[in-house]
Amino acid sequence: MDIFFQQIINGLVLGSMYALVALGYTMVYGIINLINFAHGEVLMVGALTSWTVVTALADSGLPGWALLLIALPCAIVVCAALNFTIEKLAYRPLRNAPRLAPLITAMGMSLLLQTLAMIIWKPNPKPFPLLLPTDPIDLGGAVISVTQILILVTTGIILLALLWLVNKTKLGRAMRATAENPRVASLMGVRPDMVISATFIIGAALAAIAGLMWALNYGTVQHSMGFLPGLKAFTAAVMGGIGNLTGAMVGGVLLGLIEAIGAGYLGELTGGVLGSHYADIFAFIALILVLTLRPSGLLGERVADRA
Amino acid sequence: MKNKIVLFLIAAAFLIALPIFAGQFGAGWVRIMASALLYVLLALGLNIVVGYAGLLDLGFVAFYAVGAYMFALLASPHLSETFEGFKAMFPDGLHTPIWLVVPLAALLAAIAGVMLGTPVLKLRGDYLAIVTLGFGEIIRVFMNNMEHPVNITNGPRGLDRIDSMRIFGFDFGKSLQIGDFTIPSVTLYYYLFLLLVVVSVVICHRLETSRIGRAWMAIREDEIAAKAMGINTRNMKLLAFAMGASFGGVSGSMFAAFQGFVSPESFSLMESVMIVAMIVLGGLGHLPGVILGAVMLAALPEVLRYVAGPLQQITGGRLDAAILRQLLIASAMIIIMLVRPRGLWPSPEHGKAAPNPIKA
Repeated sequence: MDIFFQQIINGLVLGSMYALVALGYTMVYGIINLINFAHGEVLMVGALTSWTVVTALADSGLPGWALLLIALPCAIVVCAALNFTIEKLAYRPLRNAPRLAPLITAMGMSLLLQTLAMIIWKPNPKPFPLLLPTDPIDLGGAVISVTQILILVTTGIILLALLWLVNKTKLGRAMRATAENPRVASLMGVRPDMVISATFIIGAALAAIAGLMWALNYGTVQHSMGFLPGLKAFTAAVMGGIGNLTGAMVGGVLLGLIEAIGAGYLGELTGGVLGSHYADIFAFIALILVLTLRPSGLLGERVADRA
Repeated sequence: MKNKIVLFLIAAAFLIALPIFAGQFGAGWVRIMASALLYVLLALGLNIVVGYAGLLDLGFVAFYAVGAYMFALLASPHLSETFEGFKAMFPDGLHTPIWLVVPLAALLAAIAGVMLGTPVLKLRGDYLAIVTLGFGEIIRVFMNNMEHPVNITNGPRGLDRIDSMRIFGFDFGKSLQIGDFTIPSVTLYYYLFLLLVVVSVVICHRLETSRIGRAWMAIREDEIAAKAMGINTRNMKLLAFAMGASFGGVSGSMFAAFQGFVSPESFSLMESVMIVAMIVLGGLGHLPGVILGAVMLAALPEVLRYVAGPLQQITGGRLDAAILRQLLIASAMIIIMLVRPRGLWPSPEHGKAAPNPIKA
């Protein structure tokens, strides 16, 4: 039973990071119908930027939480600027092009960012300093670290704030209108280009936060670290029903839980035939199952029939 | 018509003479050309799925892997070294003749294609893309981990000592001596692949103009209309997956024989992305475009390896050949799409409806 609780905690932590990244995918897809393959790389840039800031200030004698508070806005600013530029250079000129064209530029952009990160930060994995106390907190059998609590709480707050933003504010209304029909929205005084840029910036900020969390939780950063989380987060977005914000959150958390529980019990269930190495495929098997049974995702697609 | 024949003969003579000429500058160049031809084969296969039937498949490399591992298992000492029972049955190891193993690779890949296709028949463009991508990853994880408890794929270390191609006792792994003129093994492979490419181009061309091909294109343009016209969209889609995959399987077995070694590293997601990029950059659904895209993306970065040395020195080792290669591919993917969103050599428009009026 203790393992079960432990895996639930691990799954929730993992899942909340997936959820943050998934939101970026789902918002972009909801508005311009593009799988932004470079989104995972934004997470990577966020993590590496925080690493640079944190290591640069390591000798300053500041406490860990202060470093964290300095690194976070830096990462957010860098990622937001990056994502804004990517959209402007690689996606915007292709809005009226055949649908595969922006997909290819997105993949190219993902590869380009990885390569540039390799040139800037060198390819070797770098240890991320321990900024927060590492003593585990006992929860009646299962343990949780300060970092994990921080991740859960922060994600919860961000998700609520985002729901408020999208459902209650003027910008949120503009986003929903643009997702529904950009041309009609523009007749109503919404500027779709502005809204799309804003979407990319918000998505980048969420990915930057997730990147820093990822680095804190796993303790290493590298140019290739964005790829798999990006892929899984997109999977989560699709599972929840793409274009649907709540769906992305639910999908992310669910995927994290499935993976953690799967990794924890797979060896036992199969008598040691399949080990936890197979954890990575759970995401995809879950995806195939969900899409076969409910082709529009668990919570359904908000943007209805747009082929 | 006469012009066409002359052009054809010139092209044939050029392609046949090319490796002999390039061989003067070292076997490495011929090797690059041979592997570029393998990419052309793969691109032709994927073009059936994506270009003709409009099913965006981002996990194509899985079928390539199926073919390669199939050949590797049946033509390397791995199985008899690992399993006692196997050794008892085949004391000299399993050297399956290629007349059995290549069709088997094609068949197995086709079955994998149908297996992938069946659950995702109802999915549309982007959903399909992400599911196929996941499928490719699943296959890769299995290749990486199927060494416990039973060692089948030998995990990340891969399978080595794979037999070379042998047709009628003719060994492609040894150089051929005609008088005092030697044709090295790699050039022989080049000719083999060239032959396969020519056969594939003919098959693809015939497919394109056949009823099946037109049905695929109808599905690509408007699935509901195609269904209404009496096309069995389910079978047609599965057929596209199976045919495309069998091309992948054959190329995979060729790759295994050519390299003599396979490991999961050769079948990463990056390869799938590369193949998709090839056909989209070249010109989706248009054979000359697809071939151009494949040759360009496969060969250019390799050629670059030879000029990367000086650049590496200038930048103090930061920009090595591999990084430069990636940089080039990534920029090519972005720039070509921005400049020519329909590809470098797109098919001529044929009475298509105006593109969807796009929002914003």
